[in-house]
Amino acid sequence: MAGAIVVEGLVKSFGTVEALRGIDLDVAPGTVFGLLGPNGAGKTTAIRILTTLLLPDGGRAEVVGLDVVRDAEALRSRFGLAGQSAAVDENLTGLENIEMVGRLYHLPSAEARARAVEILERFGLADAAGRQAKTYSGGMRRRLDVAASLVARPDVLFLDEPTTGLDPRSRMDLWAMIRELVNEGKTILLTTQYLEEADNLADRIAVIDLGTVIAEGTSDELKDQIGGEVLELHVQDRADLATIVEILAGIGTGEPTLDHEAGRIRIPVGSAGPSTLLDSVPRLDDGSIAIADIALHRPTLDDVFLSLTGHAAEQEEDPDAAATKRRGRARGEDPR
Amino acid sequence: MRVATEPSAAVDLSTRVRYGVADGMVVMRRNLLQILRIPTALVFELAQPIMFVLLFTIVFARNIANLPPGFTYVMFLMPGIFVQNAIFGSTTTAIGLAEDMKKGLVDRFRSLPMARSAVLVGRTTSDVAKNLILLLLVIVVAYLVGFRFQNGVVGAIGMIALVLSVGFVFSWISAVVALAIKQVEGVQAAMFTGIFPIVFVSAALVPVIGMASWIQPVAEHNPVTVWANTARVLALGDVAIPPNYGPQTLQGLLITSVVWIAGLLLVFVPIAIRMYRKLT
Repeated sequence: MAGAIVVEGLVKSFGTVEALRGIDLDVAPGTVFGLLGPNGAGKTTAIRILTTLLLPDGGRAEVVGLDVVRDAEALRSRFGLAGQSAAVDENLTGLENIEMVGRLYHLPSAEARARAVEILERFGLADAAGRQAKTYSGGMRRRLDVAASLVARPDVLFLDEPTTGLDPRSRMDLWAMIRELVNEGKTILLTTQYLEEADNLADRIAVIDLGTVIAEGTSDELKDQIGGEVLELHVQDRADLATIVEILAGIGTGEPTLDHEAGRIRIPVGSAGPSTLLDSVPRLDDGSIAIADIALHRPTLDDVFLSLTGHAAEQEEDPDAAATKRRGRARGEDPR
Repeated sequence: MRVATEPSAAVDLSTRVRYGVADGMVVMRRNLLQILRIPTALVFELAQPIMFVLLFTIVFARNIANLPPGFTYVMFLMPGIFVQNAIFGSTTTAIGLAEDMKKGLVDRFRSLPMARSAVLVGRTTSDVAKNLILLLLVIVVAYLVGFRFQNGVVGAIGMIALVLSVGFVFSWISAVVALAIKQVEGVQAAMFTGIFPIVFVSAALVPVIGMASWIQPVAEHNPVTVWANTARVLALGDVAIPPNYGPQTLQGLLITSVVWIAGLLLVFVPIAIRMYRKLT
């Protein structure tokens, strides 16, 4: 059986900015697929094309077997969209919001109402159903947003950065909700900037940067690919950095990366973190190197990007600026 | 369980029309709820026509020449003010749309299987309702400064219908501006910069005959002049027909008014819907 979401060679440019440079995805029904990348990577562009908000320049995409361009009209009643790309009306109550979306899915009025009541109950918003959405907390608003996307019981759900800007508690709540939806058999494609989030929720993850999928696999596969844990050292004197690299040569599973400005060295150590840490301490001691801090780190999105692209994942306010900047540098390093 | 809409080929025209109307009404209802939820917005919008009524009547009234014989400036002015106010009032269409775009609501609507016309139809029709409320309030203010309808109830109702239709036309123009500019602040500035000359170079506020001679032909053919004169005749009777230009009967004025309204709608409604479809 074909995937619930199939994307082949999707291309999209905005003027001179290439937002998507030919991405391929295949999402199996009933699974969560995480699209992981920094701002400006092309995640939202991909979601906007898949939800018929934007026409692709090239390539093709199908959701539940329907082409996002040719069958756009039929497709719109088959998926739900929530997050960055969609919103709730803050002047309407929670109930009115869900009811309105239900009516716009062409549910009969009585059913739209009943469904709104049911869904607000389920998302823990029953008590707030009669209040205007502008009185909701950030977490409640996001739950309302996701609730609205579910009103017509779609098989496929697109969640565009569903937890960005939420406090940890609200994030946990939303994660629990998403897991529940998957258990019911829904297919979910979510975008996120957080490896932790993809790690927690997604069956498969595609890492996307500069409009290209640069790695794909399960969370474990990706972590193996980027070398698992990282040993991170901060020195007191930056002059020691080179010496440390010499002293610790061969200790990790990959080449160390240096950050002179921060006085920091990061060494990929695979899954042998604790023993490598213990190994390194006496060596540094013998070399009389003063260390400000030494610690083991689980891989972060930064590590993924460092390892996969050779540059850091920058989180900037303006996604275009970030993308342009990185593109410029990518061109500089890799002239084609 | 699946919702009612099935692949596009299967959706026949009558279903399409039915959904178009139903979806438009859902959006209209949502916009009207918003007006009820933020009544202060209406109060602020009312402040502007009241200010115009007072400024024009207190400051200009005895300085305006060339009035039709037997008319006070207040009587001459008010139907024009009603038309002007409907045109100014249409900027809320642009602002409302721009805000919905900014907040992501338009994205949500565009991802739903609803009619592509519904967001625009819902917005322009709810603004007609809003304009009606404003118009009735401004008529009350006009009565307080001495204005009186003199052409019977039918004339008064006809004038109200005409003024609301003019507002409806400008709501669609306003929608096109919003869809082109997409920013709340820019939309407001663009609307007022465009609207002021259209309203001022017309017979809405002063008779055409006292304007610079080179601009008189422009003013005479400005649709706002046609509408203002028609509103004036509907409100006050045939004595308000300007003798030196334009149709010389109420019927003639009505036909010209309706042709302008229908013509502008035929141009701007399809443009607006097309732009909405092609939003990115």
